[in-house]
Amino acid sequence: MREFTATVDFWGVRKDVRLDIVDEPVAPGDYILNHVGFAIRRIPPESVAETLALYETLLEGDDTDLMTGDVRAEIAGTS
Amino acid sequence: MNDIPLQFRDPNLARSLAATLARLVGDLGRPAAVMHVCGSHEQAIAKFGLRSLFPKALDVIMGPGCPVCVTDVPEVDEGVLIAAQGARIATFGDMLKVPGTVRSLADAQALGAKIDIIYSPKQAVDLARKTTEEVVLFATGFETTAVATAAVILDNPPPNFSVLSAHKYIPPVMEIVAEMPGSRIEGFLAAGHAATITGSAVFEEFVERHGVPVVIAGFEPNDILAGLVELVELIRAGTPRVVNMFPRCVTREGNLAAQQQLWRVFRSTGGRWRGIAHVPNGNLRLRDEFAHVDARRRFPIDLSSLWDYAPPALAGQCICGDIMAGIRNPRDCRLFNRECVPENPVGACMVSNEGTCKIWHLYGGVPDLEASA
Amino acid sequence: MSTDRGTQTFQSAPPSGRLEGLPHTVSLKQGGGGRAMRALIEKLFVRDFAALPFDGVGVGAMDDGAAIRIGEEWLVITTDSHVIHPIVFPGGDIGKLSICGTVNDLAMMGATRVLGLTCSVILEEGFALESLEAIQRSMLAACIEANAPVITGDTKVMGRGEVDGVVINTCGIGLTRTLVRDNALRAGDRILVTGSIGEHGLAVMATRHGIEIDGELVSDVAPLNSLIETIVADVTAMKDPTRGGVASALHEMASKSNVGIVLDERAIPVLPPVRSVGELLGIDPLHVANEGKALIGVRAELAESVLARLRAHPLGRRAAIIGTCVAERPGSIILDTGFGRRLLAEPEGEPLPRIC
Repeated sequence: MREFTATVDFWGVRKDVRLDIVDEPVAPGDYILNHVGFAIRRIPPESVAETLALYETLLEGDDTDLMTGDVRAEIAGTS
Repeated sequence: MNDIPLQFRDPNLARSLAATLARLVGDLGRPAAVMHVCGSHEQAIAKFGLRSLFPKALDVIMGPGCPVCVTDVPEVDEGVLIAAQGARIATFGDMLKVPGTVRSLADAQALGAKIDIIYSPKQAVDLARKTTEEVVLFATGFETTAVATAAVILDNPPPNFSVLSAHKYIPPVMEIVAEMPGSRIEGFLAAGHAATITGSAVFEEFVERHGVPVVIAGFEPNDILAGLVELVELIRAGTPRVVNMFPRCVTREGNLAAQQQLWRVFRSTGGRWRGIAHVPNGNLRLRDEFAHVDARRRFPIDLSSLWDYAPPALAGQCICGDIMAGIRNPRDCRLFNRECVPENPVGACMVSNEGTCKIWHLYGGVPDLEASA
Repeated sequence: MSTDRGTQTFQSAPPSGRLEGLPHTVSLKQGGGGRAMRALIEKLFVRDFAALPFDGVGVGAMDDGAAIRIGEEWLVITTDSHVIHPIVFPGGDIGKLSICGTVNDLAMMGATRVLGLTCSVILEEGFALESLEAIQRSMLAACIEANAPVITGDTKVMGRGEVDGVVINTCGIGLTRTLVRDNALRAGDRILVTGSIGEHGLAVMATRHGIEIDGELVSDVAPLNSLIETIVADVTAMKDPTRGGVASALHEMASKSNVGIVLDERAIPVLPPVRSVGELLGIDPLHVANEGKALIGVRAELAESVLARLRAHPLGRRAAIIGTCVAERPGSIILDTGFGRRLLAEPEGEPLPRIC
């Protein structure tokens, strides 16, 4: 990391990303949302589980779909 | 990070969300139309074949969400005229073939103009630092991309760098679409990355004014399906409000640092969006304080020099505007897949990878394979 | 801006009508390996040349090369001009590319034994001799790997700015008993790919766009003749997915064979860095060039055996069965994404990074 630039690992590929407009301080190890070579958001790691939990609530009460149960178990396993 | 996209791309979760969506649309008991306003949404829908998962009674319309498609003809002309003066134009790949009054940037390039394809506005500045030639960033895109342009302008670019801004601002055009007579749109799916910048609050007044729900969604297949589930739920319940289904990136107030830089560099002004209408406050132009990097002030641009050329007759038959407004679809266009093809586009929607016509063309002239089989 | 180049000398040529539907001047996309290029070649060159008397597989077939019957065997001829920016890229350079490209075109028609190659080089005044030597060295290494000798050549130098660095043309001749075409797929045939896709195109594009890759993403440029030799007797159709990628090559095979192809997207091998760079630049790995891969059609009952032989070879370790030919929708490629099915587009020209 340098003052306004960070090297970001995109699933095995590194690329420099500008930090001029990111919403909060970024530290090595953080996830970011990249748009045209600029970080526009530090993604709090816990928010991923939060989103998946949100999707889970959408499926609630939908017991007509047999697969729903499996998927819920799957989400619980990964988050 | 490896597993994040995989979770949002899990086909089993997708099928469950699709089943829920079908049940909700069934409960609604009537056909409904919703609109997304982002090329990346259409891209993901097309790429993953999601339309084959949508219920038949739910019409998911692509709105004016392709920044390249709504770049107006005179804006392309400005780029072509600046290139003709010998400046290097740095721009995104999609812009190359967008037709101007007489020629596109690709035509200009074939005649000797220097056009550089970039991935990030930063590359345009890097290019300017490496040369003494004038480098003009032909900047297109919505607010998400405009903040990147603002950042490079605020970061002391070299004196041979300037910006031709064709940036557009999404919220005002949603007003236009919602107010169009005969609009069937009952809800909007808003773009996750634009909302990352603007925050979800920007849509609250819109919902109040028009009484239609707005759901903010991300770009993975399951983000989109979950967004649609929530949107149909809100339509069914008759409780229009803003719901943020992309909480891993979007907050209510958005990215304040980015907003501050955006509005320090740009002001919104009315202007034409290609094929749509005059959109009040829909264009982002450089403030006077940044006149020194404004290509419109640095280069003489005499658009009237192009007016001797009659616009191509076919352009008059193009219905891109109605398509982007969600009133008609490409198959209603008499040019679609006949005179108008990606090799020889009439309207910008056939140029950009995010244009409805291009996407329909690429996917066989129909967005939904099952329906046509 | 300069005036249109190439117009002065030919202004008085009578209009032939063949240029109808083509743009007035040549554009870059007409060299991109997609539909624009095919339209140019078909309208401008193939129509008249294919009408000249010739006994064999000629220019009208628009295959990877031509074939002439000689006794029990086929003499296969192919030619290819190589231009690439940058001339050195991760995993190779223009020299290696110029040998492998031609060797592979011969192999795609079944000619895995290369009799000889020609090599024409056009150089720009000022080109560093050291670079030229490096190019020659990698050509030599590729010749040794492919067991393919360069047997004649030509050198021209042009003024500064008249050509971009170096252009290499190679022509290859080979012999085969089994002539393989790209138009003989039948419904029911399986489609195999000899390895992971998209590496060459995205490695080159990543270099152009300053994306740093830690030696993980390199071009797949390699001579395929020794790999193809192990399976050539059992294939019904073959093509190498170079410019335009897998999408373009399969479209060509499907439309020439009058079949549809259903592809299972999840079965197509794509290395993680290829996927990442593709996502970053908004480019589908199915649309970019490979320089060391082949698409192979085989009868369903032979698919497993061909797959096993491919995987036994170092260049075929990641080979996979990726699709099936169907009678429906001839000329179309149907992609099963795991979410739903959609048509796979044939790229128009070289893909460019997009924005949203």
